[in-house]
Amino acid sequence: MHIMEGFLPVEHAVGWTLASAPFVVVGVRSLRCRLHEQPEQRMLLGVAAAFSFVLSALKLPSVTGSCSHPTGVGLGALLFGPTAMVPVGLVVLLFQALLLAHGGVTTLGANLFSMAIVGSFVAAGLFRAGRRLQLPLAVCVFAATCVADLATYVTTSLQLAWAFPDPVGGFAASFAKFAGIFAITQIPLAISEGLLSVLVVNALLRFNRDELKGMPLFAGRELRA
Amino acid sequence: MMRTNWLLIAAVLLLTALPLWLVPRPAAGPDGQPSEIFAGADSVAQKAIEEIAPGYQPWFAPLLEPASGEIASLLFALQAAIGAGIIGYWLGSAVTREKMRRQSGHECSDRAD
Repeated sequence: MHIMEGFLPVEHAVGWTLASAPFVVVGVRSLRCRLHEQPEQRMLLGVAAAFSFVLSALKLPSVTGSCSHPTGVGLGALLFGPTAMVPVGLVVLLFQALLLAHGGVTTLGANLFSMAIVGSFVAAGLFRAGRRLQLPLAVCVFAATCVADLATYVTTSLQLAWAFPDPVGGFAASFAKFAGIFAITQIPLAISEGLLSVLVVNALLRFNRDELKGMPLFAGRELRA
Repeated sequence: MMRTNWLLIAAVLLLTALPLWLVPRPAAGPDGQPSEIFAGADSVAQKAIEEIAPGYQPWFAPLLEPASGEIASLLFALQAAIGAGIIGYWLGSAVTREKMRRQSGHECSDRAD
């Protein structure tokens, strides 16, 4: 899902950076506010960030014969709300862009948008919808994090198709091509991410039930998985 | 709960390992070199961009590139290790806390399922 350094035309790079910037500001503010009010959640935020750090470093083989990696953003978005994972995603992406030449500084805005913004909002929205429908917690966690991972890669495909429309088929043909590379590869990995997120939530339910009750998305309902 | 967790872990391992068996090795390209299997999706996309827009020149180069593939995998391993270390620390302290709570005798934890 990392668009390579320099591989987005200047206006797209600037546009996505501008689009992502307000989310970073809001995210930093909401995180600071929350940690000020509930400093005991610092540990859980660390776990959510670490989860994203681990998953986005794991390049896994997929059925299309190429490798890609999960993002791990969904779990944190469920715990801390959709904007909170934006600064965390920024740290992960900066680490990879600066040290690993994976992604890039010019494409940081676009990558942040697909991974931490679209991914987080899809995860939080689906989770809320699932809880409202009174689906079991594990099902909600799995669906939210799995689809959020896929949504990230569909977004990357859209971004690339917009920047590089096919000379013959235009945007649609180009999108089909990039989606074939990113989204299809991602399907088994998204399922893995969903399963791993359920695993962590199971551990949280066992060991951090009280903190979990303080989370807005988890509050107010019976927490039995 | 314990059993579910093991099943989840097994499913993830299977999802990861199965492609290694299921995906056939691609046929050799026109130059006789076998084409790469399990390349990164990012670099496959880069090739697609070069196909769609052959004249496109990347206008910015990475500030720092790992000196070799080995160094890159070192840094990726480091990233995973930092994350895994933090999660491991949390799990360790959570397990210890639970054990202490149980030993202290007050209100035996009956929620553990």
